[in-house]
Amino acid sequence: MPARATWIAAILALVIVALPFTGLMPPYWVTLFNYIGISSLVAIGLVLLTGVGGMTSFGQAAFVGLGAYTTGALTVHFGMSPWLALPLALAVTGLGALLIGALTVRLSGHYLPIGTIAWGIALFYLFGNLSWLGAHDGLSGIPTLRIGDHALTEGRQYFIVVWLAVVSAVVAVQNLLGGRTGRAVRALRRSTAAAEAFGVNVAGTKLKVFVFAALLAGLAGWLYAHFQRSVAPGPFGVNAGIEYLLMAVVGGAGRVYGAILGATAITFLRDQLQNILPVLVGAPGNYEIVVFGAVLVFALQAAPAGLWPILFGPPRPGRLARRRPSAALGRRSVALRGAPLLDVRSACKRYGGLVAVDDVGFDVKAGEIVGLIGPNGAGKSTTFNLICGAQKLNSGEIVFRDASIAGATPQRIAARGLGRTFQHADIVADMSVLENVALGAHLRGEAGLLRAVLRLDRAEEGRLLDEAMRQLERVGLAPEAHKPAGSLALGQMRLVEVARALCLDPVLVLMDEPAAGLRFGEKKALAGLLRELRSDGVSVLLIEHDMDFVMSVADRLVVLDFGRKIAEGAPAAVRSDPRVRDAYLGGIAS
Amino acid sequence: MDKTIFLFLVQDGVINGSIYALAAIALVLVFTVTRVILVPQGEFISFGAMTVAALEAGRMPPTAWLLVALGALSAAAALVQQRRTLSVRGVTLIVLFNLVLPALLAALTYALAPMKLGTAMNILLAVALIVPMGPMLYRVAFAPLANASVLVLLIAAFGVHFSLMGLGLVFFGPEGVSTQPLLTQSFTAGGIPITGQSVAVVAATALLLIVFALFFGRTLIGKALRACASNRLGARLVGIPTAIAGQISFGLAACLGAVSGVLAGPIVAIYYDSGFLIGLKAFVAAILGGLVSFPLTVLASLGVGIAESFFSFWTSNFKEVMVFSLILPVLLWRSLRQPAQAEEE
Repeated sequence: MPARATWIAAILALVIVALPFTGLMPPYWVTLFNYIGISSLVAIGLVLLTGVGGMTSFGQAAFVGLGAYTTGALTVHFGMSPWLALPLALAVTGLGALLIGALTVRLSGHYLPIGTIAWGIALFYLFGNLSWLGAHDGLSGIPTLRIGDHALTEGRQYFIVVWLAVVSAVVAVQNLLGGRTGRAVRALRRSTAAAEAFGVNVAGTKLKVFVFAALLAGLAGWLYAHFQRSVAPGPFGVNAGIEYLLMAVVGGAGRVYGAILGATAITFLRDQLQNILPVLVGAPGNYEIVVFGAVLVFALQAAPAGLWPILFGPPRPGRLARRRPSAALGRRSVALRGAPLLDVRSACKRYGGLVAVDDVGFDVKAGEIVGLIGPNGAGKSTTFNLICGAQKLNSGEIVFRDASIAGATPQRIAARGLGRTFQHADIVADMSVLENVALGAHLRGEAGLLRAVLRLDRAEEGRLLDEAMRQLERVGLAPEAHKPAGSLALGQMRLVEVARALCLDPVLVLMDEPAAGLRFGEKKALAGLLRELRSDGVSVLLIEHDMDFVMSVADRLVVLDFGRKIAEGAPAAVRSDPRVRDAYLGGIAS
Repeated sequence: MDKTIFLFLVQDGVINGSIYALAAIALVLVFTVTRVILVPQGEFISFGAMTVAALEAGRMPPTAWLLVALGALSAAAALVQQRRTLSVRGVTLIVLFNLVLPALLAALTYALAPMKLGTAMNILLAVALIVPMGPMLYRVAFAPLANASVLVLLIAAFGVHFSLMGLGLVFFGPEGVSTQPLLTQSFTAGGIPITGQSVAVVAATALLLIVFALFFGRTLIGKALRACASNRLGARLVGIPTAIAGQISFGLAACLGAVSGVLAGPIVAIYYDSGFLIGLKAFVAAILGGLVSFPLTVLASLGVGIAESFFSFWTSNFKEVMVFSLILPVLLWRSLRQPAQAEEE
């Protein structure tokens, strides 16, 4: 954590400890803020899960319930100390989330939020029907927290516990997002293909985030149970789940502090409506839900991105503090020049009746630049996707570094040293250029979620970011490193992709039209970079429409037309090949 | 389990399933045309049953006043949203639909309610009061969000649901209502008693489904709605006003909701929040149908109804747990199939 953030956290912690005892906060407010804090924990998890990870969950309240009921049952039925029940409550919540999540994270599109509604409701009815959980009446007589002999019965004492938990959660989530796993989470939402191509285990990473968010909800449940002193199914239904989601969305999904703002706004609004409306209407009743729903709809119409961006402006890409130069990352050894590296044999790919790639075979040797050319629709990009594992071969064989990679996942192929760029620049617009490039080094680090949360990943993270910076310097984009990637010109985005691919420490780089959108000078620099890679022993397979560019750098060309290979050889020979001329000029030239 | 119980459970399931089918068809229709998952569909169901109950008691149903209020809101929203393109004709239409029609319906209800005109008239009146609420809700709540994400629309739908459910509680109180059956005769077939109401439910559902099939297959408006559903941008380009398509789909949804509420009223006690649960089960069926296919949705609705009646026989406490858990494997199967589909297309 940068020094400044440490100070902020420390000062916040002090304020929290002192505030309820200054007499500035009436007990009513202390109670309200206890509930706000408990809700904030859930909403912070949702910011991570929904706002950053793109998985909308309506079911978080069920995880709050798992935490609350576990501690409730353990303390009431077995007289266990709440502090001992805490790890068990978290374990039960975590295990439940692991089981539910393993299924949920594999749901695509709007099936995922709908799935969360389904298990949210199922768990709610489960709580309400299990007799040892008190069925519809729930459990009462849950003990308060005690520190030594001192029971935390007063709201303001509990306030400290709740808000210290909130601050810890904020720090943990910020740490997580600043690390290798966080980068993967942010990337996989916007561009799953790119995340996979750089070795991110998509389902696994999503599951980690899912369980983490559930644990925050479980912690909230534990705090709730010992504050409320009783649990009943009511607050753990889907309506509550929607309210938590609402807090995250109203605050500004994707902004960690927005979750606290949202929790405050929603809790406060509902509380005030409960007080004011019966007076206004002149009769007791549950009018708040009517106004609450209407306010919600109009808030979404007025501010679909939430309150936080309105109050505090658009997100800034994380500024990374200056670091001491760190030791360079280890390099992969490259094969001897001329040794066989990639061998595509009789590759076929059909889409229904359309044969996109038809019996294509070619090879790439170590330290060689091969150009893959052909008219539009010739099957070049499909061939790329087959090599990278993004699409599966119908038949044929692809051998990379002496092992078959046909049928392997993009992650495994990336781990063997294959980097790629995409035809349509596939970078995360709201991440900084440097972070986008650092995603390429994902497989060269190993710090997981826990190390990131505890901030034990800093040395490794420093090495990854230094490597990313080095590769950015190579493509000439170092000055743009801290800009949001979405602000770059199209040509620069392609260079970001090249730098990202180089971050993988590849032995073979697949580049899909890297020169498109580049200016003359930039093209010359790119050609220079490709030659430099070749002299380092790295091979390049290049799709390119700019013939001057590809002729000037490629050692060899492979020409595709309508999915078939029609020519192969040295650039000069291919250029004069009549079949190639036919394919490009429609036969008129012959 | 003997044959009688089995047949009885199947019968029970088919009746519930028919009611779910109507609600589920509405959900699919609204989702495909507007991308809104219509959570407040449940309120149309509750309002339908409770309006009939009020009319049976000879009272003025509060839903009539709600219609007038919604109409005023909707007129205001329409005038604001169309302020740049207003014409005399446009304003006249807005005023006629949002102000005059609700006022007429309210006046009619006010006059007819004390006369206790009988079940058929009550049902007609209730449906007439609820149908215009659909387009009005679309205008007020969803038209300004037409380009928002499915998630934002879903949350907005929950907002509308909260408001309407709260109003339902204020209007009708926490007690449940049961309404008069349409057909009071009953007979025995295959050893099990069949009530006239169950025949009425199945027949009404079948009739409505046929009318829907004809509407979507044979009429220009129906075809335009299908066009919006399959490709919004394309539909806009050929001149189909997607906002109006949204209003029509909401109107149809309100109609189907009100009808299913009216049909359910004599079978189970309807509370202010019962509609939500019926809607949720319809929603399970709609998902099983992939939120696209109408015939699949009807089949799935019957399946959900039958599964529910068997679960409630075997393990009545965990009926809901089972019904909602049922959806997860299906969702997973749909998700795993989807990428394959995208590749084949």
